[in-house]
Parts: sequence; C-alpha cells; structure tokens
Amino acid sequence: MHRTLTIAKREFRGYFNSPAAYIVVCLFLILMGFFFWNPFFLINRASVRGMYDLMSVLLLPTMPALTMGLLAEEKRTGTIEILLTMPVKDGEVVVGKYLAALGLLAVLLLCTLAYPLSVSTLGRLDWGPVFTGYLALLLEGGAMLAIGVLASSWTDNQLIAFFTSGIICFAFWVVSRFLPFMPQAAASVVEWLSFDYHYQDLARGVVDTRNVFYFLSVIGFSLVLAFRSLESRRWS
Amino acid sequence: MNDVMIEADGLTKRYDNVLALDRVSMQVRKGEVLGFLGPNGAGKSTTMKILTCFTSPSEGSAKVNGCDITGDSIGVRSSIGYLPESTALYHDMLVLEYLEFVAEMRGITGADTRKRVKIVVEETGLGDVISKEIRALSKGYRQRVGLAQALIHEPPILILDEPMSGLDPNQAVEIRDLIKDIGRQRTVILSTHNLAEVQIACNRVLIISKGRIVADDTPEGLRDRAGKARCVVTVLKKQDDESFLKGCEAAFAGLPGVDRARRIEDAENGELSFELLPKGDDDLRPSIFRAAVDKGYTLVGLRREGQNLEQVFRELTTGPTAGGKAAA
Repeated sequence: MHRTLTIAKREFRGYFNSPAAYIVVCLFLILMGFFFWNPFFLINRASVRGMYDLMSVLLLPTMPALTMGLLAEEKRTGTIEILLTMPVKDGEVVVGKYLAALGLLAVLLLCTLAYPLSVSTLGRLDWGPVFTGYLALLLEGGAMLAIGVLASSWTDNQLIAFFTSGIICFAFWVVSRFLPFMPQAAASVVEWLSFDYHYQDLARGVVDTRNVFYFLSVIGFSLVLAFRSLESRRWS
Repeated sequence: MNDVMIEADGLTKRYDNVLALDRVSMQVRKGEVLGFLGPNGAGKSTTMKILTCFTSPSEGSAKVNGCDITGDSIGVRSSIGYLPESTALYHDMLVLEYLEFVAEMRGITGADTRKRVKIVVEETGLGDVISKEIRALSKGYRQRVGLAQALIHEPPILILDEPMSGLDPNQAVEIRDLIKDIGRQRTVILSTHNLAEVQIACNRVLIISKGRIVADDTPEGLRDRAGKARCVVTVLKKQDDESFLKGCEAAFAGLPGVDRARRIEDAENGELSFELLPKGDDDLRPSIFRAAVDKGYTLVGLRREGQNLEQVFRELTTGPTAGGKAAA
C-alpha cells in the first residue's frame, strides 16, 4: 500500500517537473473562463449550471493528456524495468499512477472553485447542486483517467495513448447524442452505457448510487484491464 | 547446499516462435562474481529479466535466495539489486530525489533512508552530482546512479546487465573496479560482451550462445581448456576463386596433427589466412611450412599463438556444432 502512494507521489510531483501539467491546467482554465462568462450575463442568473456541461467537454481532451505518458513513457524509455523489478505488485503500480492523475484532476477542479465562489457574490447560489456537480465531474474525469491509464498501458507511444483514450472517452460521451437514431432496444442499452446519462443526473443534484456505481465500475474495469495488460509482458 | 544463491533449472523462453532461451540451468553461489558472456541476442538479458521477475519463463523454474521466481516474486525482487541494460532512470528527477524514491519503494523508511542514501552515494562516488537533474548527467554518472539504486537496499544479489557498455575506457575501469569492490560481500551476475572485463572482474564465466550455456568455468580454466596453441598461416592468393581456397583449406586440414583448419577473415587483400588447431601439443609450424612448399603456396605469414579468452569465446559461440560440443 505504501508503495502505491510512493508511486503516486512521484508521479504527481513529476507532473509539475515539466510544463505539461501547467499547460493542461492553464488551457483548461482559460477555455473555461472564456466559455463560462460569455453567456453568463446574457442568462443573468446566479447559477453555475452551465459550467458542468462545459467542463465535461473540456475534460475530453485534457484527461487523456494527463494519462498518456503514465505507462507509455516508462515503456518507451525503459524505466519500467527498474520499476517493475522492485518489490511492488503490478496492481500497485497501476493504482499508484492512477491516483497521481486523480490528484491532478482534483487540483484542476479546486482551481475552478473560483467560479461558483465568484458567482455566489453576485447572487444567491444554491450550493447543493454545486457539490454534486463536482462529484459528477470527479467521477466522470476519474473514469476518463482510468481509460487513459488503460490506453497508456497498451503502447509505448504517448501520442497513440492520447488519441486512443481520447477516442474511447469521446465515444462514451457522444454516444448519447445519437440515441434518437437508434432502435428502441439498442437505445436504452447504449444510453445506460453513456457517460452523459449518469452524469446529467448527478449534475442536476440527484445523487443516485447507481450513477456513482456506474462510474466506479468503469474505473475499476479499466484499471483491472490495465493491470492485465501490464502483466501480459511476462508471457509475451 | 545452503550457500546457493541462484538456482535456475531448465529455463526456456519463447518469443512467439523464436527460442530465446533453451533449457538454461545454473547455480550461483554466495560471493561469486559471475560473468555472463555471449554475443548480442544470445539470451543474456532474457535470463536476467527472468531472474529479476520482469518476465516469466515459458518453461523451467528458478530460485533466488530461496524464493521461487513465480511463487514468491516479491521475495525474489527484494533480494536483488538490478541494473537493466538500458539504465533508464527518471530524467526529470534529481539524483537525491531519485535515490530517496527508490529507497522508499524498497521499504526503507525514516532515518535509514538518509543513512543508506549517504552510503551508496559514497560507494558510487556520486557526491558531486547529488543535487543535479539526472538528465544533465553524463553516461558514466548515470551508470553510477543506476548502480546506486541497485545497492540502496543492501541486496545479497546484484544483477547487472552490461554495466560497462557505452562508457569511455576510464569510466569503464572505474565502474569495473567498483563492481569488483561491491562483489566482495555479494553475489554478482554481470553480463558483458567485453572479455577483458570478465577476466578482471569475475571469478566465474558462463558463456551463452543461441540461448544455451556453452561453457561454465573460471576465466583461467576456460583459457586452459582451449589452451592449445593455434597456428595462423597466411598465403598469397594464386587465383581468385573458391577452388584455390578450398584446396588450401583441405591441404592444411589434412596435415598430420591438425584437428581443424578454418579460414579467418583478417587477411590483407590478395592474401588468405587460415587458423589451424592442433590435436595435441605439437608445434605445427614445420609441417605447415613443408606442406606449403610441396603445394607451391607462397607463405607470407606463419605464427603460433596461445589462445586467449577471445578466441575461446569465438570458438564457442560461432559455428553450427559449437553449442552441443562444448556443452557435452
């Protein structure tokens, strides 16, 4: 367990050793500021409702950028050999790396707290949906990060990892937009699989354990697959 | 025996359909510095990766410090310090940061961390670069950091994959002496394709070729074993065709007392060189000279030399029958 945290700590620090994390966080915040304040005064309501949809879109390119290097870069440079010959289980490595990325997502979300805080000075803000909204973002972002770790375990090329996880996350996100064109039976299954379906409820302020469970399963499933993929080096 | 630190039994590794390792068995005892020798792609790294539990064997088993590599891989990895061939380190970390990270991963905590880091930094001579970024270090210093991370938990066993490759001669000598020092209290396996290093640093040599162990001896023993003096004959080429070459080879091979004759490549233009190995200890030079005169060859070079490790190595790792014969 302590090794998981050691890895997470190193990886988290690593984000700040290179400009990558700063670029991702800054870009995220700049785009958010632009798209958030633009319509805000048109609507003229002290609500951050629009913020969550916006953020869930912005997560799509940023989450894969945070995870693309986690395993792929170790494989490319060969550092993985020293890492995996230390007395550490493959699973601990996967979880440690995932936690580091989750930590950065948390930092990112903390930065965006500026929005609800400043909105609350403009009018009465209902904090309940704000917190469930953040919970939804943390869960959705967390699911994307887990998919990103998985994609990173498949290749030793960061760019491929970025696009692979980007495409998978985008598919999970966009699929709900196509529901009207699908046959009834397929639509309900696909809807249940989509990020949006579970995300919207949470963002609206309804904490349904099924939605939480959905995201946790995506995370768990992806990380187990990533663990398997890491382990498969032994047999190839 | 209790002092057997590493015991491998029939290790076989297949990558797809390529046989990288073919039933490799060996024992390494406490305090041995074992040189793992072989051409590139012979299976040295594969063996090391199996022993360090980075990869698993297709067949066979091994025990390291009493722990099974499949059953108790954490135990195995705890007893080994490993320097992989790539010496890949996290370039964005400071040397000190990196060593502390490794120490933490190795389960060293609190005040011990500082103590151990200090010791390995002294041992490997890293004092001057401790607060530098790893990316800024020269290859030689990176190699030292690699060694330092392998030593930090005082492992009873060190596995070093080509620790001296890519270094300039001065650095190589320093690292070699360092390894020799380290090897006094530990069991060391190091792989290399530099024979001089093996002769100096190791007290036992394993030669591996095409995935099989073809020799297992002390450096001195190896030299003695193939210690028969060989003769190198150089004649002028009469005409530029295969038949002349074959004729020469046959003539030399047919001499009494000659075990084997083989063309070697180091001849000048217009010359042909052959290497003749005697059956016994007889000096072949007189009969070679007479044969050359009889056949009308223009002899331009004839020398007799004791075999060094390099020739033994070449002999054991080239030729189709080399493997089976030497292992027998």
